[in-house]
Amino acid sequence: MSNRCLVATRKGLFTLDRGASKWSIGRVSFLGDNCTLVMHDPRNGELIAALNHGHFGIKMHRSRDGGETWGEIATPKYPEKPADYVPKGPPGSKPADWSLKLVWSLAPGGGDEPGVVWCGTLPGGLFKSENRGDSWELNRPLWDNPLREQWFGGGADHPGIHSICVDPRDARHVAIGVSCGGVWSTRDGGLTWQPPGRGMRAEYMPPEQQFEPNLQDPHIVVQCRANPEVLWVQHHNGIFKSTDAGASWNEITDVKPSAFGFVVAVHPQDANTAWFIPAVKDEKRYPMGGRVIVNRTRDGGKTFEALTRGLPQEHAYDLVFRHGLDVDETGNRLAFGSTTGSVWISEDGGDSWQTVSSNLPPVYAVRFEKAG
Amino acid sequence: MATVRFTRNIQRHVSCPTLDVAGGTLREVLENYFQTNEQVRGYVLDDQGRLRQHMVIFVDGDQVHDRDNLSDPVATGSVIDVLQALSGG
Repeated sequence: MSNRCLVATRKGLFTLDRGASKWSIGRVSFLGDNCTLVMHDPRNGELIAALNHGHFGIKMHRSRDGGETWGEIATPKYPEKPADYVPKGPPGSKPADWSLKLVWSLAPGGGDEPGVVWCGTLPGGLFKSENRGDSWELNRPLWDNPLREQWFGGGADHPGIHSICVDPRDARHVAIGVSCGGVWSTRDGGLTWQPPGRGMRAEYMPPEQQFEPNLQDPHIVVQCRANPEVLWVQHHNGIFKSTDAGASWNEITDVKPSAFGFVVAVHPQDANTAWFIPAVKDEKRYPMGGRVIVNRTRDGGKTFEALTRGLPQEHAYDLVFRHGLDVDETGNRLAFGSTTGSVWISEDGGDSWQTVSSNLPPVYAVRFEKAG
Repeated sequence: MATVRFTRNIQRHVSCPTLDVAGGTLREVLENYFQTNEQVRGYVLDDQGRLRQHMVIFVDGDQVHDRDNLSDPVATGSVIDVLQALSGG
């Protein structure tokens, strides 16, 4: 089980360590800088952190010693836009700027492809490194797909790739989540891409477009390690599940207190067990009744139980962003961090929670260091 | 030759000492600077080679006019200042 958890925040990267009796903040890296995402690579123990320096742009750093020292590595760079490029998007749409706006997802490649790291970005480019981040290459088959230019931003000014699920059985099988562009997948390592499957529903779209697969807004996509055909999605419009690797989707309805939220984590060994953190939909976005709860299903979404032990139950307005919840490789330890700087950890599958901090900067991402 | 100077705020992230470099336009001068220090490029220019949105460059005290192509002329002995606006919380 994992004894270390990384928390990327608006003002730096915090390392949480499991002591003899409780979790506490250990190392702080990049203090004062905007750390938007962190990835731990279970194949070699390396860390990659994404920083947004605002005026100076997005930068990537890598550590080979668990975060003690860091060195800047290459940043994904969009290719030069041809001067005669004709946008293929819908009439009236604003073409994407071929320039990196945000690193929104990072995922190690398969165990049989050491060095491969995937990186999803705003404004919609998927990048791949084959040398642990020393260089990056834009995936052109996806970028050049005309359907890509139909994507649009969900809350952001640009569309983006926030989820990357690499199939543990076959690393050539990769699913990505796009806001707003549904869940795309490849079976050949990115040479060809299958557009999203049917079944998702976007209530906020005009009636005739509500089921259009390429316009959906999955907030996050997660994959069960032991059963990779099962994908769970916390969508802008509710909760969806696929049992055929995204070829089709079923909506989970009648979720109390709310089916709205940004996060989901799935148990690595049990595809029927997943955790959500509900919020008031969708223009207000705060915990229902000012109570922070974790919603857990153990039967594939038929029923949910609200887990509250150790979580604030009055006047708590902690929202959890899409990378703010994680589960370790055992399925017993979970951690999440909020927009108001609280971090909680559970060691019993969510039954009870301990507060690690209530005073961190706004949390963007929480990631356990996991065994390979 | 023109003198290229960088704001101190950028030096926290990447070393970019003041250098005298050749070039008849701002683009040529910056390209020559980056040839000696490639890492600085991404801090000043975006993916398409344009001046980053919240960066500003002055040539002998005049703000750059052509932020996309950097075609502003540079004379021998010119001083080029690369700066940014600090803002936010």
